[in-house]
Amino acid sequence: MSLENKKTNQGSSTELLRFTTAGSVDDGKSTLIGRLLYDSKSIFQDQYEQIEKISEKRGEEGVNLALLTDGLKAEREQGITIDVAYRYFSTPKRKFIIADTPGHIQYTRNMVTGASTANVALLLVDARNGVIEQTKRHAIVASLLQIPHIVVCINKMDLVDYSEEVYNRIHDEFEAFATKLDVKDVSFIPISALKGDNVVDRSTAMPWYEGTTLMYYLENVHISSDHNFIDCRFPVQYVVRPYNDEFHDYRGYAGRVAGGVFKKGDEVTVLPSGFTSKISKIDSFDGEQDAAFPPQSVTLLLEDDIDISRGDMIVRTNNKPEVEQDLEVMLCWFDHSKPLQPRGKYIIRHTSQEAKCMIKEIRYKLDINSLHRITEDFEIKSNDIARVVIRTTKPLFFDSYRKNRNTGSIILVDEGSNNTVAAGMIK
Amino acid sequence: MSNYHIDHLRELESESIFILREVAAQFENPVILFSGGKDSILMTYLAVKAFYPAKVPFPLLHVDTGHNFPETLKFRDDLVEKYGLKLKVGYVQDAIDKGFVTEEKGVNSSRNGLQIYTLLDELEKGKYDAAMGGGRRDEEKARAKERFFSHRDEFGQWDPKNQRPELWNLFNGRKHMGEHFRVFPISNWTELDVWQYLAMENVPLPNLYFAHKRNVLERDGVLLADCDYIPKKPNEEVKEQLVRCRTIGDMTCTGVWESSASTVEDIIEEIATTRMTERGGRSDDKRSETAMEDRKKQGYF
Repeated sequence: MSLENKKTNQGSSTELLRFTTAGSVDDGKSTLIGRLLYDSKSIFQDQYEQIEKISEKRGEEGVNLALLTDGLKAEREQGITIDVAYRYFSTPKRKFIIADTPGHIQYTRNMVTGASTANVALLLVDARNGVIEQTKRHAIVASLLQIPHIVVCINKMDLVDYSEEVYNRIHDEFEAFATKLDVKDVSFIPISALKGDNVVDRSTAMPWYEGTTLMYYLENVHISSDHNFIDCRFPVQYVVRPYNDEFHDYRGYAGRVAGGVFKKGDEVTVLPSGFTSKISKIDSFDGEQDAAFPPQSVTLLLEDDIDISRGDMIVRTNNKPEVEQDLEVMLCWFDHSKPLQPRGKYIIRHTSQEAKCMIKEIRYKLDINSLHRITEDFEIKSNDIARVVIRTTKPLFFDSYRKNRNTGSIILVDEGSNNTVAAGMIK
Repeated sequence: MSNYHIDHLRELESESIFILREVAAQFENPVILFSGGKDSILMTYLAVKAFYPAKVPFPLLHVDTGHNFPETLKFRDDLVEKYGLKLKVGYVQDAIDKGFVTEEKGVNSSRNGLQIYTLLDELEKGKYDAAMGGGRRDEEKARAKERFFSHRDEFGQWDPKNQRPELWNLFNGRKHMGEHFRVFPISNWTELDVWQYLAMENVPLPNLYFAHKRNVLERDGVLLADCDYIPKKPNEEVKEQLVRCRTIGDMTCTGVWESSASTVEDIIEEIATTRMTERGGRSDDKRSETAMEDRKKQGYF
């Protein structure tokens, strides 16, 4: 057996697209995911036979594709989804990661979780019910989490006779509502997940619809500019020190590029110290590289010997983030056991930094069905969203979430339970 | 600016390296759970990349059931030597000898479930606070709900209904004394991704993954490698066939597949067209519909 490593250049050129799905309980979300998996031939024979057996046992008509996404025992027993589940499929063009999140009101936190890394959000609307409160709530979450692309899937078109009128009405209703939101790119697709119309294959029942199928959309939506390539941000994650003769003076700063494009020779400033230096090398196991950009994990070496540790941030000297101890944050509260404590102290995590913090002020609670700002009730319970001011014990180096999801996001950890109790987007 | 873009394998690689470095930064005493299978080989290889040119700052832990394919052990030792890694081995046989666990009886007996005891025991003895596994979310429905950083209570148990939310690139590894984390750096890889990447990087693999002639017997629709650890039923016939492993685990529960795939490229071709999941050949998952979920709650990999 030989352990020789020889590099070849073969590989794939497929992009990775992450999307999240949201809909209320009976919107057919699981069926849609099952349909995408089934029609893209990502379902294996043994999986299919298993759900075929279960469907039969339950006395269901045909094979229930929704069963493909039910994971845990309690979920199958109750026919609901409890937690975020991740699904995978690929086509020759792209690899897809689905964050499948439940639609119940009490699970806003799961939707926020699934949305945090998504390029695309699929919002399911039941064609018979039109835009309902849950649709609005999901759209608001998608907007707060700045998911770059939103697709409104108007589902169950087979139950409204594939009516163009129904489609147009829901389309207009959603669009009217979306003008209040901060969303950039919204598309509408009439589908039937159950029958397969416009999911992977074009529907013959809706000749009036001239757009693409959902799969075509997912394969072709332009996502390469979803990252920030302008503002150079490199949170130092880990310091690499080999301590051996060959690399005696090696001091590498390992991390994942959070924004911008770093190049060898770039003049950089290290925060919080403010020392400046130049990038002498961008290193990796595969050798030196000319540039580093999101979401690459690399190791930076600097010309000067500066004291740098985890939590520091390397930025371009002429383009610095904000350095502050007071943050304006839109916070989604997760903790079931206790509400947000005004003046409460928590641990805040931001990029590779960790600090203590205090909730200095609650500005308002957001009604996530209407976007109305509530200022008479400051009890922030699980799944509530609120605008707060957070004071940290040391300065954080951040950008607004709108500008950069990596440097504009935080989580709060309870010091007693160690649980992640909130997630926030910096204004 | 769209010139700056990486393909899905490089993005997965970057994500996994990020997780491995995060483990090194957030935990005091992490360990890689090494089974000898391609997923743990991939994870080890990514760890080598993550800390280059320094050595991997954590050891490998192998839970040895005593029923390994001999090829697995040889490969493990060569790998450890090549990358200058540290290796710890926990033996299921020790737990059996001391009477902590009882060996299953009958023709379908396996030591697979017994590993849980030795694993938890080794984690406790080594005072490991983070154990990294090569589990992937596409493998099995219970694993689809697994986090990258998966919190375990002081009994090593998983509570799937009460998991910490994971957002953006922010991972919370804080814990109380006595608790630990399971970390899954390659959560987002699929079987095909793993093979495509191993091919692209030309990572050496155990010969078991490639087609070879072997004595096998068929049981419940699964082909098993003939060995002393599998008692045969009276009418079971052993015959030589051209086979390969799609997963590598304990000999008693790892099915082999009829296959003539002799290179990584052949394997990719085979996986891309196959209609069976890789765990379809694992008799440990076939014991009940929730076999994996039940074992995971107890502390399984």
